[in-house]
Amino acid sequence: MSQEYWRWKEYNWRDENIDWKEANTITAGVDVGSVSSQAVIMTDGKLFAYSNMRTGSDSPDSARNAMNWALEGTGMKQEDVQYVVGTGYGRVNVPFAQKAITEIACHARGGNMMYGNTVRTILDMGGQDCKAIHCDERGKVTNFLMNDKCAAGTGRGMEVFADLLAVPVEEVGELSFDVDEEPEPVSSTCVVFAKSEATALLRQGWPKSKVLAAYCSAMAHRVFTLLERIGVEKDFAITGGIAKNVGVVRRLEKEVGMKPLTSKYDTQIAGAIGAALFAKALLEKSRK
Amino acid sequence: MITAGIDCGAKNTKVVIRKDGEVIAKSLVLSGFDQKAAAEEALEMALKEANLSKKDIEHVTATGVGMKQASFANDTITEVGSAAKGTVFLFPSARTVIDVGAEEGRAIRADGTGKVIDFAINEKCAAGSGAFTEAMARALEVPLEKMGELSLKSQNAVPMNAQCAIFAESEVVSLIHAKTPKEDIVRAVHDAIASRITSMVRRVGIEREVALVGGVARNVGFVKSMKEDLELEMLIPEDPEFVGALGAAIAAAENR
Repeated sequence: MSQEYWRWKEYNWRDENIDWKEANTITAGVDVGSVSSQAVIMTDGKLFAYSNMRTGSDSPDSARNAMNWALEGTGMKQEDVQYVVGTGYGRVNVPFAQKAITEIACHARGGNMMYGNTVRTILDMGGQDCKAIHCDERGKVTNFLMNDKCAAGTGRGMEVFADLLAVPVEEVGELSFDVDEEPEPVSSTCVVFAKSEATALLRQGWPKSKVLAAYCSAMAHRVFTLLERIGVEKDFAITGGIAKNVGVVRRLEKEVGMKPLTSKYDTQIAGAIGAALFAKALLEKSRK
Repeated sequence: MITAGIDCGAKNTKVVIRKDGEVIAKSLVLSGFDQKAAAEEALEMALKEANLSKKDIEHVTATGVGMKQASFANDTITEVGSAAKGTVFLFPSARTVIDVGAEEGRAIRADGTGKVIDFAINEKCAAGSGAFTEAMARALEVPLEKMGELSLKSQNAVPMNAQCAIFAESEVVSLIHAKTPKEDIVRAVHDAIASRITSMVRRVGIEREVALVGGVARNVGFVKSMKEDLELEMLIPEDPEFVGALGAAIAAAENR
């Protein structure tokens, strides 16, 4: 295969207006997910720098790479970071972290900052799992449900489809609206079977956009069943990589009957933001 | 009396023609994208082998996921019904039938006449079906038909954490990177499907004898994993992929 259509763009970011040397607390959160890894650096609880990249086959390396890339060009060194919390699937494999906290707690905490304290239901659509989380006004988890056994409704499933249809994964959402009429959702739950179903539809002459529309709505429905089981309390927000896929998000908001909140922050760093906030709280506690 | 059974499976379409209780012809073709054409082709092939023409067949019964595509069939029987009928005909002592096809796994309890007492099906998920081995064979770059033999060479049981075929693919790739011997990975794949199937069989309840049918029963590696999981010997027919079509041909004689 000459092009890897599933491959999304990796990037780093920093706030040029912050002089980190003035900061009282410098903390970091590293989220080593099954598909992507993020490192977030915060100065006094404000987002200072972050990176977002693909998780490699080795968790400690992925954590280190993400951290190094977030630090790149900031003049800050690893030793300047006073407290690091690891989270995500590979959270115990963050060698430079003082503590590991579950991604569920971190998404609730991060969501609270990203979307404001009115958020009560967070749907985290990750690379290999999907979680519906209820939280209170302080970002504390009150209940959650997750699917981590099946690729249906996860980012990995979407990557498989991007590859199958040779459409860059970041363009799937927009393209899925390029249809005259909304098709029936793909009927197979299993991604393996859905792939065969999609191949058959292409053979029948369906354009790629229509197949993607059918898959996006199947995916929206799949995650909706998880949300339905736990219940959707206002306000509602979506985190994780799939939150960037309008094809899934718009179809999901139709099913839920509620528009998700939007944020100026990158939805993929919610877990790492939460971890960095936990790190700040732990650092302050240790200084008392 | 000449009857035929056709099993329009997810991967292969099979036909069995019987004359006075004896199988006189069999055929197998890929189902492909046009199941209707595959059904016609399979029937033509079997008729040719038996030296018969369509009008010589008194009754045709269809089974399998694409059974409605066999437009020439007089009636249909469920996949569970045909698997039970075919198996108990071949092995009169069989009471539990495990049928593992390309895209479905079934556990069936039947009585001595081949009537179904209870059953469970997994049709929603590729884990626990032939599609799982196929996907893993691709990831391992091992031809599907070599998977069984290779698995028998394994000396180490490597656990597989993922159930989902998509996640298992990534796990297989990680195992390859970790320099795990291929035969151990292949065995882990078979152990994983076997464990899925076994839990389904246990839900239905195990009554001896136990028979294993369906195309995946040709995979010796999977058979070994199943035996170890069930801690039982299993009856396996010579042509396990034809059991559904055979059951349908028997039903055709009864329904005539």
